[in-house]
Amino acid sequence: MSTLAITPGALGAVTQETPGARILRRFWGNPIARISVVIILFFALTAGGTALLGALGHHWPYDPNLTNLDQKLLPPSLQHWLGTDNLGRDVLSRMLNGATISLTVGLIAVAVSLGIGVIVGAIAGYFGGLTDQILMRSVDALICFPTFFLILTAVAILGPSLINIVVIIGLVSWTGTARLVRGEFLTIRETEFVKSARVLGQKDWKIIFRHILPNASAPIFVTAVLGIPDAILTEAGLSFLGFGVQPPQATWGNIIADSKTYLLEAWWLILFPGFAIFIASLAFYLAGDALREASNSRS
Amino acid sequence: MMLEIKDLKIGFSSESGITPALHGVSLSLERGETLAIVGESGSGKSVTALAITRLLPTPPAVYQGGEILFEGRDLLKVSDAELRRVRGGKIAYIFQEPSTSLNPVYTIRSQIAEMIELHRPDVPKSTADIDAEIIHWLDAVGINEPARRLHDYPHQLSGGMQQRVMIAMALSARPDLLIADEPTTALDVTIQAQILNKLRDLQQELGMAVLLITHNFAIIPGLAKNVAVMYRGKVVEHGNTEQILRDPQHPYTKALIACIPRLGDKRRRLQTIESIN
Amino acid sequence: MSAFIIRRLALTVVLLFIISIISFFIVTLTPGSPYPWGELNPKISAEVKANFRKKFHLDRPLPEQYAFIMHDLFTGNLRSIKDDRPVLSRIMERLPATLALNFTAILISLSFGTLLGVYAARHAGHWQDITGSFVAFLFIALPGFWISYLIAIGLVKVFGVPILGTQSYGIDFPNAAAAGLDRLWHLLIPAIVLALGGLASQSRYLRATMMESLREDYIRTARSKGLAEDVVLYKHALRNSIRPLISGIGMLLPALLGGSVVVETIFAYPGMGRLGYEAVLERDYPTLVALNFVAAALVLLGNLLSDLLYAVVDKRVRLE
Ligand SMILES: Nc1ncnc2c1ncn2[C@@H]1O[C@H](COP(=O)(O)OP(=O)(O)OP(=O)(O)O)[C@@H](O)[C@H]1O
Ligand SMILES: [Mg+2]
Repeated sequence: MSTLAITPGALGAVTQETPGARILRRFWGNPIARISVVIILFFALTAGGTALLGALGHHWPYDPNLTNLDQKLLPPSLQHWLGTDNLGRDVLSRMLNGATISLTVGLIAVAVSLGIGVIVGAIAGYFGGLTDQILMRSVDALICFPTFFLILTAVAILGPSLINIVVIIGLVSWTGTARLVRGEFLTIRETEFVKSARVLGQKDWKIIFRHILPNASAPIFVTAVLGIPDAILTEAGLSFLGFGVQPPQATWGNIIADSKTYLLEAWWLILFPGFAIFIASLAFYLAGDALREASNSRS
Repeated sequence: MMLEIKDLKIGFSSESGITPALHGVSLSLERGETLAIVGESGSGKSVTALAITRLLPTPPAVYQGGEILFEGRDLLKVSDAELRRVRGGKIAYIFQEPSTSLNPVYTIRSQIAEMIELHRPDVPKSTADIDAEIIHWLDAVGINEPARRLHDYPHQLSGGMQQRVMIAMALSARPDLLIADEPTTALDVTIQAQILNKLRDLQQELGMAVLLITHNFAIIPGLAKNVAVMYRGKVVEHGNTEQILRDPQHPYTKALIACIPRLGDKRRRLQTIESIN
Repeated sequence: MSAFIIRRLALTVVLLFIISIISFFIVTLTPGSPYPWGELNPKISAEVKANFRKKFHLDRPLPEQYAFIMHDLFTGNLRSIKDDRPVLSRIMERLPATLALNFTAILISLSFGTLLGVYAARHAGHWQDITGSFVAFLFIALPGFWISYLIAIGLVKVFGVPILGTQSYGIDFPNAAAAGLDRLWHLLIPAIVLALGGLASQSRYLRATMMESLREDYIRTARSKGLAEDVVLYKHALRNSIRPLISGIGMLLPALLGGSVVVETIFAYPGMGRLGYEAVLERDYPTLVALNFVAAALVLLGNLLSDLLYAVVDKRVRLE
């Protein structure tokens, strides 16, 4: 009879595991999570490698901005794996540069939105009362806005530079994090160890950063991971409308936007960059979701 | 034998493997009789009760072995469609917590009507006939002015009334076996006695068998002819109630019986329960 | 009940006020001097700039500027830079088409999102659930402009089926029904594309709330009654997930209105989204401010309506 499936060793391992290690083990036990991480690493390495090469003054396989009108609109071949665009530029080279832009936008925009969201949520949840009311009603109001259009408006007003784009995306997308952090704070601040820290006379900000935030870190991290593809898709949409990072800098969105008129002859111009946006976003979404599942104590 | 459980083994899977909950439970129950299952919290009473019609969610539950013979068929082997005919129609349940066991968004009428429409082909499908049948059962379980309660939502009733509705719902299908899992634990002591009384009267009237689960040995005499004592996932003693009361074999049973306050004990709660007998 | 309505209305008024302030800040709180795009942009002529300063009452302190803009918006004094028509009426013209598109998209998101979410919850942890989740994220990760493009190219150029605009021109329809179908088709394609992301997030959200509901005791009761699994899921569990479903619409709307900028542009659909893109291209600030304000107000109104509707349907809300 299989009554004793638990061996003493297994029990020992389970009890000694830290929460973080437990989440990681469960995350890594999910095949979808592993595939997603591999895809993300692949994008990160190509983006990082391209940026590094570029900084050293090299390009691979070609200079992304090198035009060659003799070689325009070539389909994929051994010379140009992903074909060339209407100016004869190598699509693969441009996409590699686009990867750098997309990942940069994703990471920085999330950093901005996380920073604002955590601070607002922490203040609202920790202090409560009128502060909480004012902040949370502002969040309620902000989420009514048509997110993408609000971002487009702001980018159009301020001008579409990389820095403006990431800051604006960050400024508009922190509401979810704020609500989450506030909720975590409301729960955690009532726990014994936070109460005792207060009784011991610790400073508010110390309690927030030392005691409360670390305990809310898992769901915050999940939101962050899920925020990256949101930002990537937003930037791609802006690029497509002509308000993303500006040419000649290649982005996944503007390769498609530039090729609008040649779409029927040059399918590779829309297919590959769109697919890159799609796969990169999908990998982040799936990884974020797997992380959420892994940190969910219920399942 | 109407119900015969043989060597039932059930475990719950988790990350660290399968934790056993039942280590080979065997029980039997005759048509029309009452069997009480008694045991401390966590001994596996509810798991046994739910397993009979495979109500344990899988995962996490794992049916690891044994048989559940009901009217000669092994319920662990019948098809899902067949099982649904047994559930409610032949074996009905009442649970411990009436306030959460009724669906908060549907009226009393709607929840009982489901049972009648499903298991009572003899009741015509018209609203009036179904209403009449529901009112009959609400009346039978002792609800005042049942016609006015039909369109109430569960939250509009007290706990005792909710449990009466649960009983009316279970009985409305005229089951052969009623499984009552601690039906009065969540209720006021005064109401506990009323409900148990009502259950016993209705059982005799309808001639159905009852599997009464409790952790309180004191309520068993007078309610159940036979008793099964469960301890840590096993049935440690199974037999005639009076005989076991007189001459318990297992040390755990002895301990349980020793805890029963004798007649004349000062505590009101138990006097009330004794007064049933 | 009336206390609930009054509280809900008061909250709406407060939120509307905050929304109007945020909309106002969009044009005022740009870094550096106020309206640097108006002052510095060489593309805008001096005449337009002067006109603009006057329109926005730039010589006044901020609170007064705010009051003026709001006043002008509703009195029709806030006019488009492009054609000098009141922005509010320009937006109202687009409202029916926008409502039709978004309403259709919400219907699609809700109905198919519900089916997918219930399906995933029913098979939680099994391959059907994993596939369902994967499909949901596939939809969420699809870049809207990319899939719109692929569909538009495919239907228009490869299959020769017209989809741009709200109806086909130059075709004589034999009867009103055919013309109606043509319009429906022109509405349905962009609505489906627009709905994909919402459908997917709705299904994820509903899956989570269904999983909660399915753990409840009354679900065990329903199963113990011998009810078919579909009845247990769609009647007993889903009905208890209606509340989150309705608040799900509130979360869906801003994404839909934002997403319709791209979809309406590609499908040449004359709604608020396309108006917005035109306004962005023309740097038509009055229209931009008003559009953001009106869209957010629409979302707020939608939330208010669904909450009130829900309170009428579910008696328990009033007791809370
Ligand atoms: N869903 C579940 N998942 C994991 N373990 C479970 C589950 N349900 C029951 N168990 C385990 O099975 C064992 C028996 O539980 P059961 O609910 O049958 O006890 P009980 O005798 O009914 O107790 P009580 O008097 O508290 O109702 C317990 O150890 C419990 O932890
Ligand atoms: Mg129990």
